[in-house]
Amino acid sequence: MSARSRNAIALAAAILVVVLALPHLLKPYYLGLTSKMLIFALFAMSLDLILGYVGLASLGHAAFFGVGAYTAGLLLLRAGVGNAIAFPAALVASTAIGAGIGLLALRARGSYLLMITFALAQVVWSIAFGWRSLTNGDDGMPGIPRPNFGWSLDNTTGFFYFVVIVVAIAALLLAMMVRSPFGLALRGIRESESRMQALGYNIWRYKFVAFVLASSFAGLAGVLYAYYNHFVGPEYLSVIQSAEALIMVILGGAGTLIGPAIGAAVIVFLEDFISSMSERWTLILGVIYVLVVLFAPRGLIGLFDDFRTRRARP
Amino acid sequence: MIVLSVEQLFKNFGGVAAVAGVSFEIGPGERRVLLGPNGAGKTTLFHTIAGSIPATSGRINLLGQDITRLRPDRRARLGLARTFQITNLFPRLTVLESVLLAIGGANAKGLQLIFPISSYRDLYARAHHLLEEWGLAGIAGRTVRDLSYGEQRQLELVLALAGQPKLLLLDEPTAGLSPAETARVVAMVQRLSRETTVLMIEHDMDVAFELADRITVMHQGRLIAEGDKDAIRANRQVAEIYLGTE
Repeated sequence: MSARSRNAIALAAAILVVVLALPHLLKPYYLGLTSKMLIFALFAMSLDLILGYVGLASLGHAAFFGVGAYTAGLLLLRAGVGNAIAFPAALVASTAIGAGIGLLALRARGSYLLMITFALAQVVWSIAFGWRSLTNGDDGMPGIPRPNFGWSLDNTTGFFYFVVIVVAIAALLLAMMVRSPFGLALRGIRESESRMQALGYNIWRYKFVAFVLASSFAGLAGVLYAYYNHFVGPEYLSVIQSAEALIMVILGGAGTLIGPAIGAAVIVFLEDFISSMSERWTLILGVIYVLVVLFAPRGLIGLFDDFRTRRARP
Repeated sequence: MIVLSVEQLFKNFGGVAAVAGVSFEIGPGERRVLLGPNGAGKTTLFHTIAGSIPATSGRINLLGQDITRLRPDRRARLGLARTFQITNLFPRLTVLESVLLAIGGANAKGLQLIFPISSYRDLYARAHHLLEEWGLAGIAGRTVRDLSYGEQRQLELVLALAGQPKLLLLDEPTAGLSPAETARVVAMVQRLSRETTVLMIEHDMDVAFELADRITVMHQGRLIAEGDKDAIRANRQVAEIYLGTE
């Protein structure tokens, strides 16, 4: 067995021990917060697939998160179907809306792409906000039931395990994708579109597939968050949610999967911690963003790398 | 069979015709050098042949197929490869990763998004072989942006070669290189299989005359002369506008 696969097994074993121990170590409130961190880690990783790997900045990623959550909420509360249908339907809906928005938005790039994804996501938001008879408008829809697999998800520990399993599978799929020839091609497109085209790559197809996949994973995070809160409201779709995801990715370090996950955990924790003391959370979030851009442009992962290389060659 | 034929090609930018009715043909295995003073329209002609700038009118045929309206990636998959005048690489990828991309693009079968790239043994074998063959094996693991300019120009050429193109467009492959590096790039072009037809823009007259089978001279968007080296050397019009009277 190679040293690398031995390390991987050791890491997997360590993660398993931590996951099993956490419910015993943390108070239920903090275990719940850990579930939220994992959900947003998935959301941030899905955004990083397009932001960090392909280099496409989207300010509308919450649209897919919210469409996943709303689809599940509407089917469960309005159509009266069970989670066996609502859960996959939510993934299909976020994937479909990702394909639609991708078709419209991916003609643009750079700040134009930022604006068009923002505008399209606002359209989705305004439907959820305005169609009161269906969505309850800004009151949102409370009472979303969690799925039931015979083990109860209604207690914090059961739900935590559910989130761990779903996010782990999703993260594994994302990790496989970024290591595949497809993932390398995405990084190639980020580095030079014209060169990739000259090498024979249909870059639009790669961008589109990456965008749609990112939407699916964002939708998955959205459904999990709807379960987490037993609720969905228009703030799930808001530009603040999209911007927060961008900041999670940039804070953690774009272009890696672990970076955005760490960024998400830090932001979720700080939001909870600071909100308990002050109402100025968004102001402080803005300050964090400015500090990261000024002093750690490659994010926390970048800082860590710099620290390691400095220790390696003093 | 004619590898590349260009008929009455025009490219207008506003009122300016950068390429004004160009027609020429290149036969299989030929090394053709495109000469001309700055602003003659050589690079624009390259862009229209490669597809990165659409032609205003005219026809471009690659191996008998009309490619005038095809996207650049479609042309690449038909066997057209190019280098760029201004180095255009993947700064944050390694040399090996760049070559893997170059080989993969030419034979892309679907998106391949499940298995890790390291499991594609044949792809790796071909990449290592290519790096060995062109003397870049020693820098396979280096990040592209950390390479010297000369190494980057060599990598440009290797990326273009990776897909075993039928037609290779080289836009000033030796621009900005030291004499030693220039000699290395010239040797690389000379080593190319005659399966690959080469059309290159070159400003260095020594390089041009060393590599060319035939030379085409462009001036103000038009072709004004074409012939073998001796014919071009003897051409008075070429001497006047390109070589000057220095």
